[in-house]
Amino acid sequence: MTEVVMLKVEKIKEEYPGTKSFFFNHTLNSQPGQFVMIWLPGLGEKPMSIAADDGKQFYITISGVGPFSKAIQGVKEGDTIGIRGPLGTHFNLKGNTIALVGGGYGAGPMAFLAELAVWEGMKPQNIHYVIGARTKDLLLFEQRMKTIGVNIHITTDDGTQGKQGRVTDALKEIIEEVDTIYCVGPEMMEKAVYDLAQEHQKECEISLERYTKCGIGICGSCCVDPTGWRMCIEGPVLNQDQLKKVSEFGKYHRDATGKKNNF
Amino acid sequence: MEINLSTSLCGVRLRNPLVLASGIVDTTASALLFALKNGAGAVIIKSICPEPRTGHKEPILHAIKGDSMLNAVGLSNPGLKIAVEELKNAKSRTKEPIIANIFASSVEEFGYSAKEVSRANPDLIEVNISCPNVEDEFGKPFSCDPDLAAEVTRAVKENTNIPIIIKLSPNVANITVIAKAVEQAGADAITCINTVGGMVIDTKTAQPIISNKVGGLSGQAIKPVAVKAIYECYKAVNIPILGTGGVMTGNDAIEQLMAGAVAVGIGTAIYTRGIDCFDKINQEIEEFMQENNYNSIKEIIGLAHKENKK
Ligand SMILES: Cc1cc2nc3c(=O)[nH]c(=O)nc-3n(C[C@H](O)[C@H](O)[C@H](O)COP(=O)(O)OP(=O)(O)OC[C@H]3O[C@@H](n4cnc5c(N)ncnc54)[C@H](O)[C@@H]3O)c2cc1C
Ligand SMILES: Cc1cc2nc3c(=O)[nH]c(=O)nc-3n(C[C@H](O)[C@H](O)[C@H](O)COP(=O)(O)O)c2cc1C
Ligand code: FES
Repeated sequence: MTEVVMLKVEKIKEEYPGTKSFFFNHTLNSQPGQFVMIWLPGLGEKPMSIAADDGKQFYITISGVGPFSKAIQGVKEGDTIGIRGPLGTHFNLKGNTIALVGGGYGAGPMAFLAELAVWEGMKPQNIHYVIGARTKDLLLFEQRMKTIGVNIHITTDDGTQGKQGRVTDALKEIIEEVDTIYCVGPEMMEKAVYDLAQEHQKECEISLERYTKCGIGICGSCCVDPTGWRMCIEGPVLNQDQLKKVSEFGKYHRDATGKKNNF
Repeated sequence: MEINLSTSLCGVRLRNPLVLASGIVDTTASALLFALKNGAGAVIIKSICPEPRTGHKEPILHAIKGDSMLNAVGLSNPGLKIAVEELKNAKSRTKEPIIANIFASSVEEFGYSAKEVSRANPDLIEVNISCPNVEDEFGKPFSCDPDLAAEVTRAVKENTNIPIIIKLSPNVANITVIAKAVEQAGADAITCINTVGGMVIDTKTAQPIISNKVGGLSGQAIKPVAVKAIYECYKAVNIPILGTGGVMTGNDAIEQLMAGAVAVGIGTAIYTRGIDCFDKINQEIEEFMQENNYNSIKEIIGLAHKENKK
């Protein structure tokens, strides 16, 4: 569906100060890794990952970092916003044991994938939810993952909860047991996870976020070098063989004008 | 008999008549090459101006039922300096034709842009005098006034040796007046057409959907407008015409060739049929030619102007 639907915000949950989840009662039929374009009339439209979708209700989790994402924190329950989607490629469940590595709002699609895996019959003990943040108050969806009984591995930069360090430190400890590694987070974290997966010859799928204007493969703002793939159509989820061909991964991305910015 | 899909535009050979239209997945060298890989005969980069532009706020696009869309991207581009590097990069990676596209806010700036963009040695330069989406900033496009259009053409010609194509707007009283004016001023070819002015309002919120409020309509809905423009310009001028507007199938492409185009641009079809629409449409053209006993594209160009054919 690429036409805008206007949906009522059913519920809002503050995950931590500056980050909220917005719930919609709507059958989106999305898969983990896909995104929607969120339209606030007058303010603009931005891509947001689907953090959960049970077929009847879905939600998105937004961190206020700039004009749009801060403005949306002021939206109230009962307000109406525009949604276009689901858009883009999604994660594919592969193997018997999986690791889901999330950073920041990337925890949303990872938790969604964990729920889908359990729903499709994968044993919760074979699913590793690896989540990292600066400090313990910024960790997302720990309770949600406890409910479905998957293994939870937490790292914080300051050691306030779980292991002190980076998600890759936690991933290293379990990597030999897992068949496939999934990751959504800041790009340098994704690159570190990908490198680790390569080193251990594990299958790996990562969401590569690029400047998304249209979301339907027309404007070219999300194209990557040197393949020209559009991250709204051929991505955002790419597997290890595809990532190998994207030379800009972990190096640079383009802004709204098309200018390169290094990470 | 072997079917020959090749054609030529201002002496530049195209392996097939399908050209990636300016502004559709073509801001980087990699994107241009991706379209060539999917079967395009030539590719045109998104319009470039001297300084970087972010473009309008999103939403910039709205899909309309029936394979059409409204857009007001607002001519986002990284500016001449970076775009020239992208063009050079594209040229170094392929032998297929790479076409530049420039727009500017004054006659002098068009001349300057033509000179700068020529450094990348593109095969052709398309000149966008007709974007309907930036009128607030740039005033009525140069495409609406034959004298201004001619002035721009002369300024560009004086600053480059590369053949130039002037891209015309359908949003004028009589497109042939502009076509003749740019031909006389030295244009080597024309493109018919840029998008048609349009607007969409969301009735639930009572708000225009795209943030620029008004935009340019493309796709299926504008095909008859394009065919008429090509047909009339073919009669009015002697320079070649790049048809563009609503080509979604092989039959649509044939229609524009018959109206007088030597090649046709493809934009919105990438949304409705995928990036591999070039391969699909080429195949449909070939099938049409087989069924109707044509051997080469050249036999088809302008056929609708001859009476009692078939
Ligand atoms: C596929 C995808 C999924 C995303 N999922 C989420 C999510 O679930 N939750 C969430 O909070 N954020 C998500 N984002 C990021 C979000 O779209 C915005 O980038 C972010 O909210 C910042 O926008 P802003 O206008 O508030 O800030 P700005 O200050 O305008 O931008 C801050 C930075 O965000 C990036 N950015 C801005 N606009 C875009 C855009 N249109 N496309 C891509 N990057 C942009 C730029 O690199 C910029 O430097 C996602 C992005 C993509 C591409
Ligand atoms: C999203 C979009 C962006 C466009 N940007 C430009 C542009 O930068 N320069 C230009 O000359 N034409 C631009 N156009 C016009 C197209 O090149 C083309 O003339 C028009 O879309 C009609 O062709 P179509 O029906 O095949 O899409 C744009 C069109 C679309 C849909
Ligand atoms: S965002 Fe426009 S092509 Fe991907």
